[in-house]
Order: sequence, then C-alpha cells, then structure tokens
Amino acid sequence: MPISITRSLIIILLVALTTFATRVIPFLLFPKGKEIPKIIQYLGKVLTPAIIGMLVVYCLRGTQVFSGSHGVPELIAVALTALLHLWKRNNLLSIGAGTICYMFLVQVVF
Amino acid sequence: MSDRKRVIKKAFPYTIPVLAGYLFIGIAFGVMFAEKGYNFLWAALMSLLVYAGSGQYLAVNFFVPGYSLVQVVLLTLMVNVRHIFYGVSLLSEFNRMGKRRFYMIFSLTDETYSLLCTTKIPDDVNQDDFLFAIAVMNQLYWVIGSVIGSLAGTFLPFNSEGIDFAMTALFVVILVEQLLVKERQIPALVGIVAGFICLQVFGGNQFVFPSMVLIILILLLGKKKLNHEEVTKTCQ
Repeated sequence: MPISITRSLIIILLVALTTFATRVIPFLLFPKGKEIPKIIQYLGKVLTPAIIGMLVVYCLRGTQVFSGSHGVPELIAVALTALLHLWKRNNLLSIGAGTICYMFLVQVVF
Repeated sequence: MSDRKRVIKKAFPYTIPVLAGYLFIGIAFGVMFAEKGYNFLWAALMSLLVYAGSGQYLAVNFFVPGYSLVQVVLLTLMVNVRHIFYGVSLLSEFNRMGKRRFYMIFSLTDETYSLLCTTKIPDDVNQDDFLFAIAVMNQLYWVIGSVIGSLAGTFLPFNSEGIDFAMTALFVVILVEQLLVKERQIPALVGIVAGFICLQVFGGNQFVFPSMVLIILILLLGKKKLNHEEVTKTCQ
C-alpha cells in the first residue's frame, strides 16, 4: 500500500460521504411530509426519460468516431440491441445478444 | 414460500442485466485497486460504503502520496454530481418507505435509478419491498464483482473485453421502452440531443453536468407544451 491505513480509510470515508451527499440533496430540500412544489413534481416526471437518453450518450462517450474502429462496433451493437428489443420486447434477449455481438466485434473483427 | 423470498424471486429477473454489467465492471475495479496494493477486503469495504461505478474507478487514483483530501472531495463531487438530480424523480416513493429510504437514497446509482424509475412493478407484490429488493441485489452484484476482481481478476478464464457493453445495452433497452410511450418521447430526445451537444462542446470528462443543466432548462422552457401532453406517471 502506497499510503497509510488511516489515510486510506479517511479517503474511502470522504469518497463515500461525498457520493452520498450528491444523492441525498433532493431529499434534504424536500423532506418527508413537506409538499413537493408542482414544478418539481413536473421535473421528476420528465427528467427520467431525459436522464436515460443522456446516460446512453454517457455510455458511448468514449467511442472513437475518427480513429480506430470508427465506432462501427458500437453502432452495430446498439442497433442490434434496439431492433431486437422493438421486435421481441425481451430485456435479457436484447441485452444479451447486443453484448455478445459487441464482444465478438471488438475481440475478433476489429 | 416466505413473503421475502417471493419478492426476491419476482425482482431478480429485472436485475439480471445489472448482474452481468456490475459483475464485470466490479471486477475491473477490483483489479485496478489490487494493482495499487489493496486486497479484497479493501475492495469490499469501498464497494459497500461508496457504491459508485465511475466514482470508484476515479478514486483508485487517490491512493497515492501527495493527493490532498480537498482534491479527493472535489473530484468525487465532479464525477458524481449528476446524482443530485436523480432523487427528484423518487421523492414521494422513497419518503413513504420509512427507515429503508436511507438505504434507497444511498444506493441510487445510474443503473438502480433507471430500474426503479422504469420497471413496472408486478401487482401481486408489495411495491416498497420490490424496490428495496432491486436496490439490495444490485449492490450485492457490485460487491461480489469487486471482490472477484481483486482476488482473481488477472486469472479470468476467458477474454472479457467488451463485456461492459451490457451496461450500455441496458440503457439502450430502457431508452427504447421510453420512446415507445408517447409522452416520454420528447424528454428522451431532449436528453439524447442535449447530451450529444454537450459532449461535443465540453468533451467526455466534463459534459454530464452541463448536459443536466441544459436538459432541465429545456424541460422547464417546454413545460407548457409537455404538461399539455398529459405527462402521466413516468416514475411509479
């Protein structure tokens, strides 16, 4: 270990507390029993689909479009996952096939 | 079958994609942490107390001499700041959950948030127990993955390159489901477009927070139109 046990423990606790702080903030602002303002209720509803859309971009942020494999494995695997899902609506099938397809593409083809 | 067992059995299938993803990104974390000289107990401790994918990847770098504790807090804040917005969708769900809500808030990762907000809860189980079971199982996968990684990560019996795509595929599937519901199409597209624009402008390491701000701005500006479309329950 490059640093002392005490310091390692302090770091873990700090990272844990900071992470928890980011997650707990809305619940501190709108605690149990306090009425949630209309505008926040509205945001709560529309934010979920928007965050999911953003998370897809987040997952693909490292895709190299102008070099390497030019994002072809990502494109194919995302398209396969989405199309399979539109067709069969089976989570495990879509995710499993998409992942295996991606692994095959990055390990064998590209 | 006891009630608890029944809930776990019902909830488990929904968590399988997270199981696949968390095991392997957990393993990657365990390997990285072990390379710094921290054994499986440390990995387990961190995954139990912190429980954040990208947050823990980043944190591995903190365990060297010369890193200030202020830096530790600020960098962690930067990578996890998106979580500030997640609770907004789950205020009423968690607030009625009694003591368990503290665990629910603590365990609000990207994946758990997405499952909690988009899974249609079966009619024949207690809603709160079902959400709690999903949250606990997800963290279990994460802890197990990190322990496996630190114990045996370098001896994995097969080439796992690309397996973390399971997480991407999970979000793609959930996104498709969102796009199939009329009143969620526009918010979902707002998220994709805002994320994409901010990615181009701010780059891969810093685009998430600006994206969230842009998304909220657009959603607030479009409130009249979106509310008009009768945005019903997005989050159960």
